[in-house]
Parts: sequence; C-alpha cells; structure tokens
Amino acid sequence: MKLKVKLTGAVSAIALSLTAVVAQADVLFWSTQAKPVEEAQAMRDQVLAGANMAIDYQPNDGGPWLTRLNAELQAGSGSIGVLGALHGDFSAMDDADLVDLGGMGVASASATFNELAKLGTGDMQYIPWMQASYIMAASKEALPYLPEGADIDALTYDQLIAWAGNIKAATGEAKFGFPAGPKGLKHRFFQGYLYPSYTNGVVRTFASDEAVTAWEKMRELWAVTNPASTNFSFLQEQLLNGDAWIAFDHTSRLAGAFNERPDDFVAFPAPAGPTGRGFMPVIAGVAIPRTAPDMEASKAVVAHMLKPETQLATLRATNFFPVVDVELPGDLPPAVQAAGGAVAKMSGSADANPGLLPAGLGAKGGDFNRVFVDSFERIVLAGQDIRTVLDDQKGKLAAIMNETGAPCWAPDAPSEGACPVE
Amino acid sequence: MQARYLPYVLIAPVSVFLGLFFLYPFYLVAQTAFYDGAGWSLKNFQEVTSYWKFPISFKNTLWLAAVVVPIQLALALLMATMVNAMKKGRDLVLYIWTIPLGISDLAAGIIWLAIFEQSGFLNSMMHGLGFIDRPTALISYQNPALIFVAIALAEIWRATAIMLVILVAGIGLIPKEYYEAAQVFGAGRWKQFVRITLPLLRPSLSTALVLRVILAFEVFAVVQALGGTLFPVLMSETYAYQFELLNGGAAASVALIILGISIASTIVILRVLRVPKGATI
Repeated sequence: MKLKVKLTGAVSAIALSLTAVVAQADVLFWSTQAKPVEEAQAMRDQVLAGANMAIDYQPNDGGPWLTRLNAELQAGSGSIGVLGALHGDFSAMDDADLVDLGGMGVASASATFNELAKLGTGDMQYIPWMQASYIMAASKEALPYLPEGADIDALTYDQLIAWAGNIKAATGEAKFGFPAGPKGLKHRFFQGYLYPSYTNGVVRTFASDEAVTAWEKMRELWAVTNPASTNFSFLQEQLLNGDAWIAFDHTSRLAGAFNERPDDFVAFPAPAGPTGRGFMPVIAGVAIPRTAPDMEASKAVVAHMLKPETQLATLRATNFFPVVDVELPGDLPPAVQAAGGAVAKMSGSADANPGLLPAGLGAKGGDFNRVFVDSFERIVLAGQDIRTVLDDQKGKLAAIMNETGAPCWAPDAPSEGACPVE
Repeated sequence: MQARYLPYVLIAPVSVFLGLFFLYPFYLVAQTAFYDGAGWSLKNFQEVTSYWKFPISFKNTLWLAAVVVPIQLALALLMATMVNAMKKGRDLVLYIWTIPLGISDLAAGIIWLAIFEQSGFLNSMMHGLGFIDRPTALISYQNPALIFVAIALAEIWRATAIMLVILVAGIGLIPKEYYEAAQVFGAGRWKQFVRITLPLLRPSLSTALVLRVILAFEVFAVVQALGGTLFPVLMSETYAYQFELLNGGAAASVALIILGISIASTIVILRVLRVPKGATI
C-alpha cells in the first residue's frame, strides 16, 4: 500500500513537471487546422522548426478554440500569439479583436483571397495561409461500372447517379459515400457544388424552381448512397475499408486513402449540372489577436508561414496547398499529387463555375450552414415535400441575410445591400 | 473548537467550492439565457422551442431515460443481490462489473459503434457464421428503432455500475436480524426481497435513481457517437447552439430546460421514495 502511494506521488510529480516544461512561454500558435496527431507533429517538426524560434503549436476543435480565445479577449490579456483557422472561423469574430496585418508586406498571390481576408473591412484581418478544395475520389474497383460514354474527368450529376446506380445493381450495395456525419462537411456540398451547378446561385436562388430540381437530384443520388453515410465524416476511412467506392469530400479528408494505398484510388473533379461545374475553395488563414503577448514574435511567425519553403512544408504536413506562387516539386506525397491534379482539372474545365466561401455573415455562419443541413435532413432523410421545406427555410435564410446585411457572393449576381432570397 | 461548530467547519470548503464553481456559473448561465441583447426576455426560449428539432430531441431524451433507467434499476438490483449472496470472489466480480464506469462515455459510444457499424464486429460475426449474405448498414436513418436500441444498450452497459455500487453499499447496511426473523416466520427469498430489502433500501435507491436520472437527461457522447445527427437529444442541441451556431443565449436556455427537467424528476423521486421522518433502518 505504502509503495503504491509513493508510486502515485512520483508519477504525478513527473506529470506535473512535464506540463510545466510544455507550458513555458513560447509563441502559442492556437489553431483549428492540422488537428490529427500526425499532422500536428508534422507542423511542429517540419513547418515550425524552420522558424528558429520557440513556437508551441496547439491545435484544437473549433468550439474550445473559440472559447479560450474569447476568454482571453474578454480578459484583455492572453497567451495566444498566433491564430490559425478557416476563413469562416475568422469571419465569425469581431473585427476589432484581430490586429491589422496589412502593413506586414506579406499576402497570398490571389487577389480574391486577399480581398476575402479583409472580411468586409478595410484592413487585412488575417493573412491567407493555405488552401484546399473539395473533390471526388473513387476506388479503382468502381471504374468498370462507369456509364457508357462517361468521362471521369467531366462527369455530370446524372452520370454520377447512373454510375453509383450501376454499382448498386451489380453488387447489391450502395457504394457512394457522402460526408453527412455530425462532423461531415455536407453543407459545403450544397453551398458550393449542388446549388451553383443547378441554380447558378446560392442565396438568391435558394427556393427557386431550379433548386427544387437540384434537391430532386440529391434524392436520386441519395438513393444510391450508402445509407450509413449519416455517420461518415472523413471519407478516407470508408474508401479504405470499402464501405464507399465513390466519395465526395475535402481534399485533406481524402488524403489518408491516397497516401496509404496510392494505386487503389483515383481523384477527379466534382460533377457538373445544367449551370456548370460548381466548386468552392477552402481558405485557412493566420491572424494575431489583439491580446497577443509579444506582437513582434507573432508577426515573425506569420511572416514565416508565408515563406515559399514553409508553404511547401505545410503542404507536405497538412495536404493544404500553398497560397503563394511556388514551384511544386515532383516528390510530393501521392495525396497531394492526386488532389492537385483533380483541382486543376476542375478549375480548368470549360464549364467551371467557381463559387466563393460565404462572406459577411459574421457570427451567423453556423446558422447559414444550418439552413442547408436542415433542408437536407427534412427533404432527403425525412422525405418531406421539397417546395414546402424550401419555402419554410427561405424565411430563415432571408432573416440571416437581412440581419447581417451580407451582400451576394459568386456565383450569385452582385447585390446592393443584403443579398436577397428571391 | 466546540463540537457543535465542527460540522459547519467541515462542510465549509465544499460549500465554498460549490458556490464558486456551481452557483456562480449557474447564475451566469441563467443571465445569458434570459438576456437577449437589449433586456430581459424569453426570446431565447422561444427560439429554441420553436426550432423544428426541439420536440424530437425532447421526446428522444425522455424516451431514452424512460427505457434505460428502469432496466438499469432492475439489473442493478439483481446484480447487487447476487453480489451480496456471494461467499467467494465478491470483490473480483464487483471489480469486473464496474469496469465500464472507468471508461469515458465517448469511448463507450465508440466501442459500441465498432460493434454495430457496417464493417463492425456484429456484422462480421453474422457474416462469418453465415446468417447474412453480406454486411449491411445497421445504424442508418432507415432503422431509427435500431439506433435507439444501440444507444440504450450502450447506456445500460456503461452506466448500470454506478447504481450497482450504491445499491451494494446500501444492501450491506441492512441488519441481518431482519432476514433471520423473516426466515423464522417462513418467508421465502422473494418475500424477503420485497418486504425487507426493497423498503430498507429506499435511501440508497433514491440516491441511485436521482444520480442516474440526471445523468440520463444529460446523455450526449454516446448518442453523438452512435446516432450522430440522426438521434437528436437536448444535450446535442445545447452543443450545436454553443459551438456550431455560437449562440450562447440559446445554448444556455436549452441547458436551463434540461436543468428544469432534472429538478422536477429529482423532486418526484425524492417524494416517492421518502423515508418518513423518525423512521430509521
């Protein structure tokens, strides 16, 4: 018994001293990105090690991330030095809480991204850090079932449905995988892919007749989708275990499949609808909260993240692509090569219809996503009448747009003032 | 120090702790829930109760508690009586039965997901034994009943032990003389259980039930792992409001609704299982 007590004491003492070591005052990089253990470790060992300064990289879920940040902002003093997060995370923040980074002389190569990073203000609220997109991936087992005459690099939604239907008819199982799980990014499929491809808009056309057609197609697609999709959040898992043969997801959520078994999978562009091949970029940025303890050190970290060699290291670590002009070397991981090719084909296709991330919604970004997720749950899962649901959800969408006053973004036609729901 | 002050001194640290970390945050939560940016109002409550998923999650939460808790109570009573009647190996059995208590509820949910998912243990086993031709998705939106069963099973597996521990302690406190007297008068095992064990176990029963029922209304991680968004419960609504919609007021009002249900059920349990004043065991 005594030995046990002593042992416990010793163990807790060691644990305490370990935490004390970790908690030393490095620049705290507080991030919602590169959360998986391997990615976080790669960030520390390969990306941040090159900065020649002590950086403590701590990734966390969006909720806890924001809770701690808000606590520090409310207290007026904090230990977070640099923030790494998605465009949507930053747009939900109060613009007075982020330091203007415009005078730093670093920016992304894309004028669109730099404009987005201002979050509707005149200042650089964050610096674009890395980008990704959503693509399709398929197991090579699925390729023989492609409908006749279909080109995998220029699929339409009808061909995708037919393809997944062929697989279901042949194997008896629905093998299309859709990220409809609790952490899945299904709302981005509706906002950036389905709606632009069928209605050439997102907000204006939310309840249009074309939108009814889009949701009818979604129902057809769902009929050949693995019904367990409501538990899928990272499609690489289902591609690897064979529950899904064709999948739509974020490039970094498919990367695991390509890196583990590069010869078994192919990546290809998202399908096209009557109004083009809708697709949407994902932008992550770095920012500095006004409570950063050492502003100079924080700015040095931000500058380091935008260096071309850091951007390449970040690409290897996280599968997110550079935002600055940099020559991609030939020895990149299989996932990066596959995703890079698919994104290039998608944006270079003749019918490309690129959309932008929702902008100007502020803290209402979550409510905006919920309008689409609720529509999906009611129309597709609960089988409610499409017209009724859209007319009902339309009111909620209009309320969000009016409250935030957010103007339309592509592919919706520009608006004076708040984007109207027509 | 005078002996009559001693109890107050002893409970002082706990009281300070509760005041600081329970009452004060509770006050803040209540303030958030009833404040709408301009003044006091019920706007947050109207918002959350008019959301189309609210009735569903309310019903799901109550149903889950109504099904899970009685089964757990019966199981815990059975297990406690069995443990109590054991001469050898009692501690070992207790240790084994309480293992699920040491597992976090999210881990428990994931364990059961590994059993029920398409390429999970249950499917592989049934496939291996030739009962089914190919693994099928068991937990899907097409089988709401099965999702409910899976969550209920996981909850029963995970949280029966907490009642068991309390009841085992309670049964140990019942004086043996009552049973001896009952045997003298020829009462059988069942009669002894109904007439002696159950009535004298009332204080432990009410503690166990109050604890378990409150935890049942707070069920979250297991549901999240197994049902995802297919089985909304009140706690998952709270989480969604706070972390997905960043709407603290709405999250606080759902939390207060859960608190309200918990208080109501606690009062009912305490009334029903009340030990009359002056009566002792």
